[in-house]
Amino acid sequence: MPISASFRRAIPAASCSPAVVDKRSRGKRAWKGKPNGMDPLLELLLNAVVAGLLLGAFYAAVAVGIAIAFGMLDIPNLAHPAFVVMGAFAVWLLNDAFGLDPILAGILCLPPFFLLGVLLYQAYYACFESRGDNALQGLAFFFGILFVTEVVLILVIGADYRTVAAPYIGPNWRIGGIDLPLRMLVPALVSLLMIGGLHLLLTRSFIGRAILAVSQDPLALQLMGASPVRTKRLAFGLSIATAAIAGALLIIIQPVEPSIGREFIGRAFAVVVLGGMGSFVGMLMAAMVLGVTESLVATLFSPSWAPAIAFGFLLPTLAIRAGGLMGRKL
Amino acid sequence: MTGDAPLSRPPMGTLAFWCWAAAFTGVVYLAGRWVTNDYVFFAGYIVLQYVLLATAWNILGGYAGYVNFGTAAFFAIGAYISTALNKWLGLPLPVLILAGAAVCGLIGLLMGGLTLKLQGVFFSIATLALAIVTQALITNWEYVGGAAGAYVIRPSRGPLGGSYVEYLFYTMLLLATLAVCIARTVERSAAGYGLAAIRDDEAAAEAAGVPTMKLKVATTVLSGALMGAAGAPLPFFVTYLDPPSAFNLAVAVNTIAMPLVGGTATWIGPVIGAVLLSIVQEAAMVTISSAVNLLLVGLIMIGFITLAPNGIMGLLRGRRR
Repeated sequence: MPISASFRRAIPAASCSPAVVDKRSRGKRAWKGKPNGMDPLLELLLNAVVAGLLLGAFYAAVAVGIAIAFGMLDIPNLAHPAFVVMGAFAVWLLNDAFGLDPILAGILCLPPFFLLGVLLYQAYYACFESRGDNALQGLAFFFGILFVTEVVLILVIGADYRTVAAPYIGPNWRIGGIDLPLRMLVPALVSLLMIGGLHLLLTRSFIGRAILAVSQDPLALQLMGASPVRTKRLAFGLSIATAAIAGALLIIIQPVEPSIGREFIGRAFAVVVLGGMGSFVGMLMAAMVLGVTESLVATLFSPSWAPAIAFGFLLPTLAIRAGGLMGRKL
Repeated sequence: MTGDAPLSRPPMGTLAFWCWAAAFTGVVYLAGRWVTNDYVFFAGYIVLQYVLLATAWNILGGYAGYVNFGTAAFFAIGAYISTALNKWLGLPLPVLILAGAAVCGLIGLLMGGLTLKLQGVFFSIATLALAIVTQALITNWEYVGGAAGAYVIRPSRGPLGGSYVEYLFYTMLLLATLAVCIARTVERSAAGYGLAAIRDDEAAAEAAGVPTMKLKVATTVLSGALMGAAGAPLPFFVTYLDPPSAFNLAVAVNTIAMPLVGGTATWIGPVIGAVLLSIVQEAAMVTISSAVNLLLVGLIMIGFITLAPNGIMGLLRGRRR
């Protein structure tokens, strides 16, 4: 089937130009030993799987903010993908104007995004959480933020696709018949680093444990003398800050235009729900499964089906096992 | 229109309300026969389409508190079912509308049955994803044009005399009035009180013997069917239908913004919100750009959610819902 012209998503790099052995595939060294005359179909499939793993690692970077906000804090931040796109454009501005490396630019964007998250939580708390009436209104609020962010980006930056320049965007490693484009490999590694770092922060630091505590039982935290609101504010700031990095990764992987964020809403929420609402390990696994499935479907059928896969995961998960792969009971 | 203010005055009976609505439709119809400028019908169609969509959304979103972000999906499925059946069998418009409504009701049943057992937020996310997946499906459905879109031939004359757009306008008028009457009937029925109980405290409603799951699913079916009916005449209105225009996010945002601006507790809120917002947009579309116009809707919506959560009706009545 031809790649549909109006299908606006730049085809996940993964799906057309296969990629990499990242660190999870190291166990499969066997391939390295094989001669290059691999069966073409096998090579195609293997490339698709590896590309899917890289893509999945990137999805995890988008989803981790939602895992914190929605999985831990019960804040249904639908606007997260819009913030990721905003991060991508901030990185594009820095890259375009000062020639900064996209990942460095993403790191520079962390403090302003953290602040944005803190302010947004403050507004959310004042308007919804403190009134105790946050289901319908809160969802609609974030939906409005999503929409407004998108329109503002269109008005300010324009509806064109933007790209960044970095030394790792062109080159391609090839190991034993498997393509490893650096523009997929580098984001995947950065994403895993970021998630690992967040995991350490949450499990080892005092504030991280407070965040885990507030996700388990805000009342108990309050009884211990800590403020759930302050903790949630910090955690939400952290969750939005991850959007800056995810944005940098996004614009490294593919050209970005303002409304591209929508395509990640279903994916990111599917990953978080499937991964068990706030479990990082579950989320990573879910993201990899989604990435590989999308990549295989894109290779074997057509990339235009890819957006449907996330839904195919989400609906049965919600219907059958709402706790996700390794999650708490809802 | 009268028939408002349910709490301060003795409420109007359901039958009386249906009669008033029928009379109102008749008056608009007669007035329409005098209008010669087709622009009035184009603009009026949009307003009525939004009255229908907002009312349909509010039956689930406002009464039961379950937010459906997938309006665009239901709307577009209605439009595409109608396109496909028109191409295949060339059926008349009322049949196409019924078919669109039936298919969307079925999708509502599936979605509701699968996701309504969980907290409302999961239903919302599933509907958001539904919009994306249906767009992928329709983009791959070559019979109705796939990604390239399809042209639909609009007859030059309507069956009632006058232009076809005039006919579409009356059809939409009838559908919108019907939806408002249904919404009001639901609101005042035992089911309506059950839905209000679900909105306020689902566990308590369940404990008090409200058949929550049945009510929620039935409401989702009704709401989805009305949205499908709203989409069915669309191909003839736009004459060219492609996935990006059918799945326009603006439809989803407007459909949510309108009830929230008007007030979600009663049938009149979505009507007020839809009329106000679509007139504002129609004016902004002509005078400013369409992007600014969307920004306006988004900001108005956020403003109302944060500052006036009960909408215009809440402000007017000065009471909490």
